[in-house]
Amino acid sequence: MWLYALRRIILTIPILFGVTVICFALVQIAPGDPIQNLLSPTASQADAERLRAAYGLDKPLPVQYVIWLGKVLVGDMGMSIANNTPVTGEVLRAFMNTIVIAMIAVVIAFVLSTIFGVAAAYRSGGLVDKAITAVAVFGISVPTFWLGVILVIIFAVNLSWLPATGMGAGGSKGFDYLSWSDFRFAVMPIIALALPPLGIMTRTTRSSLSEILNQDFVQTLRAKGLTETEVMIHAVRNIMPAAVAMLGLQLGYLIGGSVLVETVFTWPGTGYLLNKAILTRDIPLLQGTILVLATAFVLINLVVDLAQSLIDPRIKRS
Amino acid sequence: MNDMTPTNLSGSMPLAAPFVRVKDLRVRFVSREATVRAVNGVTFDLARGEVLCVIGESGSGKSVMMRSLLRLHPKKRTVIEGSMQVGEHDIGAVSDRVLSKLRGSTISMIFQEPMTALDPLYTIGDQIVETVRRHEGLGREAAWARALELLELVRVPSPERRLKAYPHELSGGLRQRAMIAVALSCRPSLLLADEPTTALDASVQIQVLVLLRKLQREMEMSMIFVTHDLGVAAQIADKVAVMYAGRIIEYGTVADVLNRPQHPYTRAMLASTVKDQERGVQLEAIAGSPPDLRALPDGCSFLPRCGYAKPECAVAMPPETVDARGHMARCYRVGVEGQRLAFSAPAIQPSVCTNASQLAAARAEMLGRQA
Ligand SMILES: Nc1ncnc2c1ncn2[C@@H]1O[C@H](COP(=O)(O)OP(=O)(O)OP(=O)(O)O)[C@@H](O)[C@H]1O
Ligand code: SF4
Ligand SMILES: [Mg+2]
Repeated sequence: MWLYALRRIILTIPILFGVTVICFALVQIAPGDPIQNLLSPTASQADAERLRAAYGLDKPLPVQYVIWLGKVLVGDMGMSIANNTPVTGEVLRAFMNTIVIAMIAVVIAFVLSTIFGVAAAYRSGGLVDKAITAVAVFGISVPTFWLGVILVIIFAVNLSWLPATGMGAGGSKGFDYLSWSDFRFAVMPIIALALPPLGIMTRTTRSSLSEILNQDFVQTLRAKGLTETEVMIHAVRNIMPAAVAMLGLQLGYLIGGSVLVETVFTWPGTGYLLNKAILTRDIPLLQGTILVLATAFVLINLVVDLAQSLIDPRIKRS
Repeated sequence: MNDMTPTNLSGSMPLAAPFVRVKDLRVRFVSREATVRAVNGVTFDLARGEVLCVIGESGSGKSVMMRSLLRLHPKKRTVIEGSMQVGEHDIGAVSDRVLSKLRGSTISMIFQEPMTALDPLYTIGDQIVETVRRHEGLGREAAWARALELLELVRVPSPERRLKAYPHELSGGLRQRAMIAVALSCRPSLLLADEPTTALDASVQIQVLVLLRKLQREMEMSMIFVTHDLGVAAQIADKVAVMYAGRIIEYGTVADVLNRPQHPYTRAMLASTVKDQERGVQLEAIAGSPPDLRALPDGCSFLPRCGYAKPECAVAMPPETVDARGHMARCYRVGVEGQRLAFSAPAIQPSVCTNASQLAAARAEMLGRQA
């Protein structure tokens, strides 16, 4: 077990290295010369060279990369062009906003989808099964921004139960997920985020459960005298490796792909930040955001793999 | 001892009723497209401590019949008729709760594929302990001690280590032994073994078979053993039932059925087996194919492949013809002559006789080894 975990962790290092290379290259590929943007139109060629040297841009690319990587490793991702604030702080704050609600949403989706999947498999072909399938299809196919707007209309406008947007007066600093007066701002974003994964995961749980229930060993379990509930516990444990993989996939998808939900609810997360960085052509901010997201993605995969190997003893062997 | 002597029917009457009584069992699977009639009136009795071997081609309903005895079929799509009495329990009628108590304790089952019959995510120990605790309410410690004993009983080497192993860490033979340990964990009175050795290597097959036979005797279990392998049947059976298209078409003591086969199907099967004289050979195909279970003909189901057919064979399924020894066959050409069944065809193929004597020799050799 520990050997497998260690090997898997070591394997992550070159991947993370690749991630930094790509993020670095992103800036090089981006059109336009950053120096020209900084200079006044009257500046001379010599001025440009001086500035280039001051930013270290006259050195060969590999050297520039090493210098950049060194800074990133100590937490310095440069200054945002638009706000002239450190990128690191801004990105990390946004990332925390995103990852917390994304994790809550995914865990809710995971728990509910397991319950729904089991209920559907129990009454396979029955009314419950059909109702759950319908809910799942709804979750998969409804556009999240539309859902967001509908949620706002119902719960904020008509019922006034929940605030429509933002994170409240305090903003993201000092936002306390454990206190209702803050958390209520997160409720609708979480619901909007959770619904698509809920739909997808319910479908996969349902289908992998019926696949498992058709396997030979389930007949053995019944022949041993286990009750249907005990059989179902075995079956659920057997779908967990796949379910955990799906959970990781959906979490990765949510941290990168929640632009729409974060925009609808003006939730200051990475999706929101990404949107802003692109619109204002803020390359350092864009680079920092992508670096953090990509790293998070790699780490999520690592955690998923380790969790899978905890559940399924066959994985450690291969 | 006395399970080897031919049963004298009248002599055994005063004894208690047979442990297993299956009467006119019919199983069909209903779906939108078709109804598959997998078992079409199976009747047999099995005494305590006796071994019944069920042989027959693929698709003849052997596994379906076995699973019926534990009601393991999908509930919705299956119609089971007839009665199955095991001990004092009417398997067809007991409640789900009682059934799940019988399963794994009074009646146990071993399956063909040791590779897929165990839960891959649980250790061997867990899977034994689970059964023991379910049925005997033992504590964790006691259950583990019992699991260890069981692995020793089925001769798994270094059992302490194997208790903590996962199924994929064991060889096929060891997995099947583990499977047997699970099945025997609550000292069943009836063991259902559905081709338990088919998936194993030849040398491992024999070990597992000898082990099963030994444990069956020691624990005085009744056993129903499905096999494709006539050598296996000769080795372990007291009674043999030959199934065709969901019916038992010949039944009797192992000596009667294998040495004096009456039904044309049994004869053809025996004739096709022992050509190369090697024990452990699978049944070869008999010319023609088994009938479509979705649309069974009115007459004898073997008719399309039978070389002895006469007009009446097409009218109705032949009734059971039984002699004084309990040897039964369902064929219009089989009648009773004196005390025994006799086949009344113009000519009996000589090859059948040689085969039978070879089988008898093989059987004698095997029984000698066991003693
Ligand atoms: N759950 C089921 N639903 C529909 N048909 C089934 C079901 N189980 C078995 N059958 C059908 O019943 C018939 C008898 O199958 P069975 O498994 O009993 O054969 P068998 O004698 O055990 O053959 P083999 O030697 O290959 O194991 C087959 O045609 C099979 O397709
Ligand atoms: S009843 Fe007729 S068709 Fe059937 S096995 Fe006997 S002889 Fe052949
Ligand atoms: Mg079978």
